[in-house]
Amino acid sequence: MSTLKALGFLLSIAAGPALAQGAGLGKPLTEADIKAWDIAVLPDGSNLPPGSGTAAQGAKIYAEKCLACHAEGGKGGGSPGATPLVGGAPLTNGIETAKTIANYYAYSTTLFDYIRRAMPFNMPRSLSDNEVYALTAYLLVLNKLAGENDVMDAKNLPLVKMPNRDNFIIPYPDRI
Amino acid sequence: MKKSNGNARSRAPESVAGNGLLHRRALLGRGIAIAGALGTGAAATGAAAEAVKDEAWSLEFGGITPVLQTPSPFEKPVTRTLSNPNGEFRNSHARTPHHLLGGAITPNSHHFSINHAGIPNIDPAKHKLVVHGMVRQPLEFSLESLSRYPLVTRMAFVECAGNSAPMFSNEPVQLTAQGLHGLVSCSEWTGVRLSTLLDEAGIDPKGKWVVAEGADAHFLDRSIPVKKAYDDALVAIYQNGERLMPGNGYPMRLLVPGYQGNMNVKFLRRLKVVDQPAMTFFESKTYSQILPGGRTWRFHFLMEVKSFITSPSMGQTLKAPGYHAISGVAYSGTGRISKVMVSADGGKSWGEAALQGPVHEKAFTRFVMPWKWDGGPAVLQSRAWDEAGNAQPLRADFVAERGQTKEPITNPLAFPNQHYNSLTSWGIGANGEIKHVYA
Repeated sequence: MSTLKALGFLLSIAAGPALAQGAGLGKPLTEADIKAWDIAVLPDGSNLPPGSGTAAQGAKIYAEKCLACHAEGGKGGGSPGATPLVGGAPLTNGIETAKTIANYYAYSTTLFDYIRRAMPFNMPRSLSDNEVYALTAYLLVLNKLAGENDVMDAKNLPLVKMPNRDNFIIPYPDRI
Repeated sequence: MKKSNGNARSRAPESVAGNGLLHRRALLGRGIAIAGALGTGAAATGAAAEAVKDEAWSLEFGGITPVLQTPSPFEKPVTRTLSNPNGEFRNSHARTPHHLLGGAITPNSHHFSINHAGIPNIDPAKHKLVVHGMVRQPLEFSLESLSRYPLVTRMAFVECAGNSAPMFSNEPVQLTAQGLHGLVSCSEWTGVRLSTLLDEAGIDPKGKWVVAEGADAHFLDRSIPVKKAYDDALVAIYQNGERLMPGNGYPMRLLVPGYQGNMNVKFLRRLKVVDQPAMTFFESKTYSQILPGGRTWRFHFLMEVKSFITSPSMGQTLKAPGYHAISGVAYSGTGRISKVMVSADGGKSWGEAALQGPVHEKAFTRFVMPWKWDGGPAVLQSRAWDEAGNAQPLRADFVAERGQTKEPITNPLAFPNQHYNSLTSWGIGANGEIKHVYA
């Protein structure tokens, strides 16, 4: 018994805090090692990458890489899964109202984040950060949420005011 | 024990609710109790017995035992149903055939599966799980290193927030329990507690959310409250005793028992601790609801108390009046099921069903109710309660709070809204046919 205690004591000294707090089976990394995966953008703009883009630049990329599925002007219907990116009825129209960027999204950062992680559907992660900023700018302009000449970057994008932002209720606040 | 047995034998047929519902005591496992309760004996089934004989399969040497066993060829109709059978370039769903299954565990081949960007073909030897963000030491784990932890095993249902969405239709859509409720399944899951991994990385007290991300072609991600991470979340690596099915997240997935299916991030590759929710696509748009009047709900994580009858149900036909067992599943994201009531007269009267134990928290509990069908019209319903006292809402109350569509749904695969947990009603006609009705 006392031998075991002594052994445990020696181990805890030898392995330091990692063993004291867990099994120590995780391999230590640095944030630099994870950089290529660290793509989640937060609504306050945290973790938005350097770069920028405009709606005019975005329109060109859209025509080349997005149009086939999302159709002219983001109307949707070019492929079975591509729902409209523009317009949208008021949410007072009923519970089944189609959700769009203009009538539903609370944060513009969601748009950037999702395009960057998932689009184009057939080639995810193939767009440069500048291209993602440009496409985001283009979609915001199509939805009349940004000006034609606005430059979208890490500073400006989080400032875009989304119409439905203050309309959300959290049904179970004690679970957060 | 003996005394109560004696009582059951001598008791007259005991009705507990209208239209033929019998006391669950009739299920005690003594055939005489049921026969006595019915009072009809063999007459209920009619046909006279024939003398037994040996069948062909008994008179020749059988098949050789295979490495992996598959169901009998006679069970061919028991399959999941697909939303994207032609492999279009979009999401794809497979629904659990509840009306053809029994018990409280969904076999792995029948577990529902939704994939927004297809199922990745992951080499477990190369797959990595990274824990980082607001932690003292970022860490990388492999399937092999996770397997060295003391693993935890628990039952848990996983339910898509869009399960039962056709029931938001203002008119009942004619679908089976599979078509209506096929996006919920229940398994035994084995894995490492998420808290163990977060503690090993040393979480910053200012970290309030964990952004969980998968290795699929969408890098699908969801924000999980740290509160849930430290409550009962697992990184699961086994499902019903075997490695996860590819469509259920192979080689590892997040398991957040009782929360929206989409939050149980599959193909888990990254957990980032942050101080605010990431407002990802799926939490911002898809798995969020519009309420009547136009307000919107965010972070409705909880899959609330629910039940539905799987037998008798649409897709089956009652062949003869007499004894039938009404059976189904009940579950709640809050905890254990405490009670299930069943009605055979569209909710006018109710009797308490027997629960098949052990009753696990946040898992399927099968309920059973003995019933004598008189051959006339009937409307079967079940209603569940959980141990926190939450009752499955009646349809009128649910519709008043959460709404319904203005026009009947024409596409049974559409998702007009999320989080339907009200009652399901099966209308039985005098010919034994079963339809989906509202009552």
